[in-house]
Amino acid sequence: MSTQQIIFLVLSAISLASAMGVILSKNPVTSVLCLILTFFTIAGHYVMLNAQFLAVVHIIVYAGAIMVLFLFVIMLMNLNADVEPQKRNWLKYAGAISGGTLLVIMVAALRDASMPSLQGGATEIGLIANLGKTLFHEYVVPFEVSSVLFLSAMVGAVVIGKKED
Amino acid sequence: MVIDWVFIVEKLALISGVLALSLGVAMYSTWGERKVAAIIQDRRGPNRAGFMGLLQPLADGGKLFFKEEIIPTNSHRFLFILGPSVAMLVACMTSAVIPWGDVLTIAGRQIPLQVADINIGILYIFGVVSLGVYGIMLGGWASNNKFSLLASVRAASQIISYELALGLSLIALLMFTGSLSLKDIVEQQRHGLWNIVYQPLGFIIFLVCAFAECNRTPFDLPEAENELNGGYHLEYSSMKLGFYLFAEYINMFISSALMASLYFGGYSFPGMDSLGLAPNLVTILGFVALFIKILLFLFFFMWVRWTIPRFRYDQLMRLGWNIMIPLALVNMLITGAIILARQ
Repeated sequence: MSTQQIIFLVLSAISLASAMGVILSKNPVTSVLCLILTFFTIAGHYVMLNAQFLAVVHIIVYAGAIMVLFLFVIMLMNLNADVEPQKRNWLKYAGAISGGTLLVIMVAALRDASMPSLQGGATEIGLIANLGKTLFHEYVVPFEVSSVLFLSAMVGAVVIGKKED
Repeated sequence: MVIDWVFIVEKLALISGVLALSLGVAMYSTWGERKVAAIIQDRRGPNRAGFMGLLQPLADGGKLFFKEEIIPTNSHRFLFILGPSVAMLVACMTSAVIPWGDVLTIAGRQIPLQVADINIGILYIFGVVSLGVYGIMLGGWASNNKFSLLASVRAASQIISYELALGLSLIALLMFTGSLSLKDIVEQQRHGLWNIVYQPLGFIIFLVCAFAECNRTPFDLPEAENELNGGYHLEYSSMKLGFYLFAEYINMFISSALMASLYFGGYSFPGMDSLGLAPNLVTILGFVALFIKILLFLFFFMWVRWTIPRFRYDQLMRLGWNIMIPLALVNMLITGAIILARQ
């Protein structure tokens, strides 16, 4: 096995384990911490794909900003396993059945799907200079439109958050 | 595949060296802080342990190690221990991308005095800084104490608010330098003027935000002892408390190194290339120059702490959102306009 394969396997194992931790842990704060760990391993995968810019932005935006706000809310609400409302039994059965059905459909759909392997050549698109050039030469309009979208989301948040005078 | 063992040994030595340096500087910053406070308040400061009290940090460290470890009964045990560990880990992580010096040539091998020269150096720093809040938040929440929680919420909102202005001031800098690699930025300053000449406003914004990110006076609201009984580390004792205090000093050291590298030429000094000395000697002199700059910044941190009183919380938030961020945006616009005009 090459070094890359070993790193890939270790990273994948950690990301799967921590992703399971998100849904299996009883304590919401532990869930959030597991999610942060998952984001880190995914950032590791981006680095393996030679997309360093994406990896760092992923950490800054998700682990550094969004999850802090998550943690904020959860800590202030002080959710605990014992105050969590007890779910009804039939809800659990319904969940299990619909989840199982989804699994069957996915297996059926993916059984015959052909998955051509990607060309393993090294791409340089993930490096920041190339990415910036591509974004601002070929995709200027979509890029600017998405920034307007973000701006409108911000304005919306401010409007909602503003106190009624 | 051939593994370059010498490379690994070299990097390991460099990492250990940088780590030992950060810890050593952090340790003696506590001594420096007390001495500076003493001079400003017309006292003597620590002067019993060793010559001029130089052994005082060792005595303090020993005391912290031998204190009783207390984990409150109703705390979340795992997170309570994780908090200071994360604070310490994150504090040490930034040092990886800082260029501590130019290239050393030993036995024909070129050894750059930088752990990793990645082409996203500044973004890496920004990412690590944004993680710094976790140690405080986890510790404050896991203590299961209202005062700790309040302090950690304060700390988190403060750090998030000032991160924005910090990022914007960095954007103006990298618009100007055109590179995200710290090594490139330092090399540019070596052959030209220091960035402080081109980005004076950006530097002031960065400086203020660095104070806020390190939770230093006048922004040390997370540990406002007169309203919060001590702050987010209220329930901590022994070396876990020591880690929190230590992390603050390491953060100060790293921010000083960053400010020196980004705005004050890093390891370069005027007349560096016209000395006519051996390259290795010049590299070592460069490291000494960087260190002197760092020490001056550390002194500045302490000087401010013992001169300026603490802000009120609403003043802190107003300064961050209503003054720092607009200023940083204006700085960005001016930088952009100048770059455009010069093209």
